[in-house]
Amino acid sequence: MSKAGTIFRVAGPFLLAKGMIGSRMYELVTTGEAGVIGEIIRLEGETAAIQAYEETAGIKPGEKVVGTGKPLSVELGPGLMGQIYDGIQRPLTSLEKLVGSRIQRGVIPPALDQKKKWHFQPAAKKGAKIIGGDTIGIVQETSLVKHSILVPPRINNGTVERIISENEVTVTDPLAEIRTEGGLEELHLMHTWPVRRPRPYKSMLPTDVPLLTGQRIIDAFFPLAKGGTATIPGGFGTGKTVMLQTLAQWADADIVILVGCGERGNEMADVVEKLPRLKDFRSGQPLMNRTIIIANTSDMPIAAREASIYTAISLAEYYRDMGYNVALMADSTSRWAEALREISGRLEEMPGEEGYPAYLPSRLADFYSRAGRVKTLGSEERIGSITAIGAVSPAGGDFSEPVTGGTLRITKVFWALDFALAHRRHFPAINWFMSYSEYMHTLEMWYETIGSNWVKLREEAMSLLKEEEELREIASLMGAEILGDKQRCVFEVAKMLKEYFLLQSALHPIDMNCPLKKTYQMLHLILKFYDKARQALESGVTLAEILSLNVKEDLARMKIIRPEEFDETNSKINRSLDEQFDQLAKQSTGGKPA
Amino acid sequence: MTQLSQSGRRFFTVREISGPLLLVETVSGVGFGELVEVLTPNNEERTGQVIDVSETVTIIQVFEGTSDLDVKKTSVRFTGETIKLPVSMDMLGRIFKGGGKLADGGPEIIPEDYWDIHGAPINPYSRAHPTEFIQTGISVIDCMNPLVRGQKLPLFSGTGLPHKLLASQIVKQAEVKGEQEAFTIVFAAMGVTADEARFFKEDFTKMGVLSRVVMFVNLAEDPAIERIITPRMALTAAEYLAFEQDMQVLAILIDMTNYCEALREISAARVEIPGRRGYPGYMYTDLASIYERAGRIHGKKGTVTQMPILTMPDDDITHPIPDLTGYITEGQIILDRGMYKRGLYPPIDPLPSLSRLMDKGIGTGKTREDHKQLSDQLYYAYAEGKLLRETALVSGEAALTSVDKLYLQFIDRFEAEFISQNVDEDRDIEETLDLGWELLSILPESEFARIDPDIIKKYHPQYRQRSLDNSHVS
Repeated sequence: MSKAGTIFRVAGPFLLAKGMIGSRMYELVTTGEAGVIGEIIRLEGETAAIQAYEETAGIKPGEKVVGTGKPLSVELGPGLMGQIYDGIQRPLTSLEKLVGSRIQRGVIPPALDQKKKWHFQPAAKKGAKIIGGDTIGIVQETSLVKHSILVPPRINNGTVERIISENEVTVTDPLAEIRTEGGLEELHLMHTWPVRRPRPYKSMLPTDVPLLTGQRIIDAFFPLAKGGTATIPGGFGTGKTVMLQTLAQWADADIVILVGCGERGNEMADVVEKLPRLKDFRSGQPLMNRTIIIANTSDMPIAAREASIYTAISLAEYYRDMGYNVALMADSTSRWAEALREISGRLEEMPGEEGYPAYLPSRLADFYSRAGRVKTLGSEERIGSITAIGAVSPAGGDFSEPVTGGTLRITKVFWALDFALAHRRHFPAINWFMSYSEYMHTLEMWYETIGSNWVKLREEAMSLLKEEEELREIASLMGAEILGDKQRCVFEVAKMLKEYFLLQSALHPIDMNCPLKKTYQMLHLILKFYDKARQALESGVTLAEILSLNVKEDLARMKIIRPEEFDETNSKINRSLDEQFDQLAKQSTGGKPA
Repeated sequence: MTQLSQSGRRFFTVREISGPLLLVETVSGVGFGELVEVLTPNNEERTGQVIDVSETVTIIQVFEGTSDLDVKKTSVRFTGETIKLPVSMDMLGRIFKGGGKLADGGPEIIPEDYWDIHGAPINPYSRAHPTEFIQTGISVIDCMNPLVRGQKLPLFSGTGLPHKLLASQIVKQAEVKGEQEAFTIVFAAMGVTADEARFFKEDFTKMGVLSRVVMFVNLAEDPAIERIITPRMALTAAEYLAFEQDMQVLAILIDMTNYCEALREISAARVEIPGRRGYPGYMYTDLASIYERAGRIHGKKGTVTQMPILTMPDDDITHPIPDLTGYITEGQIILDRGMYKRGLYPPIDPLPSLSRLMDKGIGTGKTREDHKQLSDQLYYAYAEGKLLRETALVSGEAALTSVDKLYLQFIDRFEAEFISQNVDEDRDIEETLDLGWELLSILPESEFARIDPDIIKKYHPQYRQRSLDNSHVS
């Protein structure tokens, strides 16, 4: 327990206190009469610099600072799912009940409901040897999440002395006693974890399983792996936020954690209103039953914004340790970096690029390296993953600015959102030339199980788009009339690829989610059309004749056909393609016999 | 250890004056953010606020500026309070200075309450998502970038562009369909010329709406630092009217560029480490504390809708002011100099303009079921047309296919008939959408990849005509 110090300077969200002997870095403190909470971010002799998580108006030099002796920590246990927290895990629902529609300071309700009784089923027996990560019991947290009560990682060799039988318990009721070298430890449903420390795991695994998203351009061209990292940079208005919400709904993760970090209040209101109405696409249960929202909007204190992504990833690690695949989406990490910059500026640290602190890249790396697919702690074999998707908001749309640049060096997938596409209302506005996925190769094996020619199809489609781009440049210089039917065919099919395949509505009830198999079949059909068209042109059929084929309409309508009916559609279009092109060939040779 | 506040006592402890800042020896009991009364050597009273306090030095920003202040005879009085605005229904129809004092020579206001001008952040969980469509009567806004109640939608303009005219037209015409209640306007002017202030005042008078306008005016010649509190005063008034008096408030903030420059001035005076182009690193957070005060709250009838107006320096949208604004607000409406030069009014470029809350505010029961898809298709057609217009310029119309030529025809008419409209023309949303269909029907139906076949059958002029004919027969 550290002693009390005294405030001697207040400047915005930043406080200086003296007499802080015995304080530790990142220790949580409470300040002044209002009990404003803050965190120590610099120590110099007896002087501590403190970032306040709440509004500092009215705090005076001379007021007391009391250390809590603990770093900023999250409460882990049943009751997290479906919650909406601020950046330091204060439940916003409880805050509303306590103080109304505006956030007041000094009010710190517990993160987990202290009164709620959970049905606990023991999974360990008296006398059993256990280590950190072992399951001592199970609680059904929501209809979608079976919550394993894990032995905290710090216990590495213990014996169960006592464990309760199946019972209704609160998060703080004693469940078991563990005999360790250090003595007896009591376990509860809940334990705490310091947010800035990564939770340990046994070993890191290769990222060779995709995180399917139901979005054609992503799944087909720029796939993300479970345990991978991705960046969505986009200027304002390019559809970044809609994309994150779409991913939250359709990505095949078990748990979704959404972080609204320095973003719009109305946007969070939208998420908070919309998610509870959405259904999990596999079970039909409410999506909120496997979702946690962290909302620290731009008008809420910046220090809490800085903490929000650590809070989020700690929660993600906790569920990963139970063996779940967690997808974490942070919107936007640029706002988080700005919070860092603001705090660093107040500390009068030597600035790096554009005023950002020199340690920005290493902080970014610290965050993203907490993602990954791992073998978890514990004697039982479990695999869990955290996939981290971070949106960045490049200032002035400039991808070379420090946050975007720093993020791109660490993350493996880049979905470049493009103004030009957004202006044409081509969504998702992912630019197919600038984007990339480094998981393409590690995932190749997996994709070949869906269709043996995946890689070939993908390459064919990309080179078609590339060819069209080049032809467009030539045509804009020399005029379109120099293009023959063959080149015009490239234009037409590339347009089909864009309009019928890449363009995907996030609002259309059927189109909003496209299972991988349908994606594969669609791509295959469009490229088959291309193949046939080229052959037909060779044999003297005109492009106009090809474009007037009925099958083109069928291709246009593929996206609004239900996935469960698509096998049938697939074979029907396949047949039509063959028949209609054969017909064309007959007509043209019929006219002038060979 | 609580210390007694030194409120009431005057201190002659000014040590240094730097730009808009006063550095004063700290007296015990001064709190961060506290309101300070500054008395000039001539006993004139000014308002200041503590923005940094340590054991030895207190830094005060003086909102009316520091001219005439000296180190010897200037005194300060700490009030122990934060800055508050006296609020009451009597504010309606009144004009205040940028610092909150009355400027119209009328009687003082009898306050019903005093509200802290900084407001507390709204709990995101308590916010209700904006969903009510506001009809501005301007086609390019209503169809392409509609405004909804509780939204913050800025006008990005440039020097010399008709944003004033547009803002005033919006004020005049804005209504929520099917509701009688008109908007109450809270108007905050930062660093505008006396001319501009007069323009708005006269316009409001002409429209006969002055009795439901509250104006806060900081003129170009007024101290720049006062601009820091002008929008906060205005939004406090807006929140009072919306959330205490159940009114539908539209807050117009003009010109946010001047506000940001005042922010930069203070930052420079404090010798802070600058971010982009000398603007402080916390400008995003600061702007957010203004813009985020728009919205709806569960259980409250009133709403605050914001329309900030800013002039982009050198028409540069990547300049930090429009850039950061765009990241906070829910879209933007962009005035284009090229279109203005071609004589189009309103010169709104639909392509980079955006309303993020559009999807929530339109569709069946709000505007019409075809609204979203029609607008998407118009967007595509306009973008495609613009591209082809460039191609035609470079390589001549001969390079275009027959469909391409239809696109050219489309955008010419789209700009002349859809985007363009008179300053006093108020188009109903139905009228706007029908006009959109009429223009779209220049193009062959096979181009409409963004519209469901059923919607085409229902709204395409060709089929509508036919179904009308059929209904005549039967």
